[in-house]
Amino acid sequence: MHELLQQIFSGLVAGAVYASLALALVMIYRATDLVNFAQGEMAMFSTYIAWTLVNAGLPFWGAFIITLLVSFLGGMAIERVVIRPIENAPVLAAVVVTIGLLLIFNSLAGWIYTYTVKDFPSPFPDRPLFGALTTTRDLGVIGVTLVMLALLFAFFRFTKTGLAMRAAAQNPDSARLCGIRVKRLLAIGWGLAAAIGAIAGILVAPILFLDPNMMSGVLVYAFAGALLGGIASPLGAVVGGLIVGVTENLVGTYLIASQLKLTVAFALIILVLVLRPNGLFGTAIVRRV
Amino acid sequence: MTPILELRAVKAFYGQSEVLHGIDVAVEEGGMAVLLGANGAGKTTTLRAICGMVRREGEIRFAGTRLDRRTTEEIAGLGVAHVPEGRGTFIGLTVEENLRLGAHMRAGRAEADLQRMYGYFPILAARRRQQAGTLSGGEQQMLAIARALMMAPRLLVLDEPSFGLAPQIVEDIFAIVERIRSDEHVSVLLVEQNARLALDLADHAYLMETGYVVASGSAKALADDPQISRSYLGY
Repeated sequence: MHELLQQIFSGLVAGAVYASLALALVMIYRATDLVNFAQGEMAMFSTYIAWTLVNAGLPFWGAFIITLLVSFLGGMAIERVVIRPIENAPVLAAVVVTIGLLLIFNSLAGWIYTYTVKDFPSPFPDRPLFGALTTTRDLGVIGVTLVMLALLFAFFRFTKTGLAMRAAAQNPDSARLCGIRVKRLLAIGWGLAAAIGAIAGILVAPILFLDPNMMSGVLVYAFAGALLGGIASPLGAVVGGLIVGVTENLVGTYLIASQLKLTVAFALIILVLVLRPNGLFGTAIVRRV
Repeated sequence: MTPILELRAVKAFYGQSEVLHGIDVAVEEGGMAVLLGANGAGKTTTLRAICGMVRREGEIRFAGTRLDRRTTEEIAGLGVAHVPEGRGTFIGLTVEENLRLGAHMRAGRAEADLQRMYGYFPILAARRRQQAGTLSGGEQQMLAIARALMMAPRLLVLDEPSFGLAPQIVEDIFAIVERIRSDEHVSVLLVEQNARLALDLADHAYLMETGYVVASGSAKALADDPQISRSYLGY
């Protein structure tokens, strides 16, 4: 029983990271109907920026904040330079562009930082809690994720810009007629997604260690989480991410060799696409004519 | 009186093909003009040209400003509120969120305006927390008009507000539009299939056919011209 609870807790920690990255995927999907395959590599690159800052002697949380800001601006720049010119291109072209970005960031990180695995500091002390059920570090990861979620929820629910972003995602033409500058909001959406991804990268780096391929597995789990929750639902992304984290951990511990864990994510993706393509929370919007 | 909106030799294009062939249209300050004509005559395209939603050429002036080189967002900011074909409702957002989006460009809080809209359309107040997609067609049309008025516009552009609605509801909506026009000091450009109703309300009318304005004049003159009413208006 104790071991089971332990496994569930560590599944939740992994799940929190998947949820963050899934959330970044959902943000971009909702705004542009585009799955950003480069999301994981963008997050990895952001993590290297944080690593550089920490190694330059900055305190961890200072580096954290600066990294989020840089990532936000970087995300906006990517939208402006790479995505906007192809806004009217077929979706397949856009997908190929994001895969290109994935390769660029991966190679760029390898070129600048080499492929040697690097140690990444955790801001949280690693002490066992509740009879070794979990650790302070794990709770820190979950805590940061929850704070980020609450902030995002408040942003979309209570701010003018958040409301405008929801409107622009739903009906861009109508949003323009209200005077909403849809293109600027798209750029902000990319910026936010990049910053959220950066949080995921920074949270997972102390666990997985930092190398240019760190996020490739995480991205697959995040996809599974986003699909499970419903690719257009932010809440679904979070719940889906957590479910994937726990499932993957339990199945990897009790049922199959842990080297096969990634298979769980693929199996989940296929199951969801076959049985419930809209995901758990992706209910159709009511429409009366 | 000087026109608040004036189109001179305006052409519009979908891709390579020209669909408006140089039309002249004007709306007087405080007035109401209506565009009439069959489906495909170019009425909706004219409205879309004004708001920069299609490629256009020619001169479009609004309250002394050229609109023809501005983007849709800028035109909205200048005080043109367009209720598009299909009403443009944000169906996944609540009624109140839809209304607040109308006030997006304005600084400060929109509470007073919200209350005024609920005064015009009490049914929207009752449904304020409801998802807009669950409203009936008539309620959605009211929501669309209210959202447009939240922009505090000088010109209200309405694309077939009667579309798909029961006659009684259409009359209600036009009665409110009439009231709003005087209360809010807003000029109106209307596209309408229901010619009889529209000619009753409007002071100026334009009859369109395949991308041309084929007749124009005071609404009364057009309604009284037997040739025109027989060939174009169906009565």
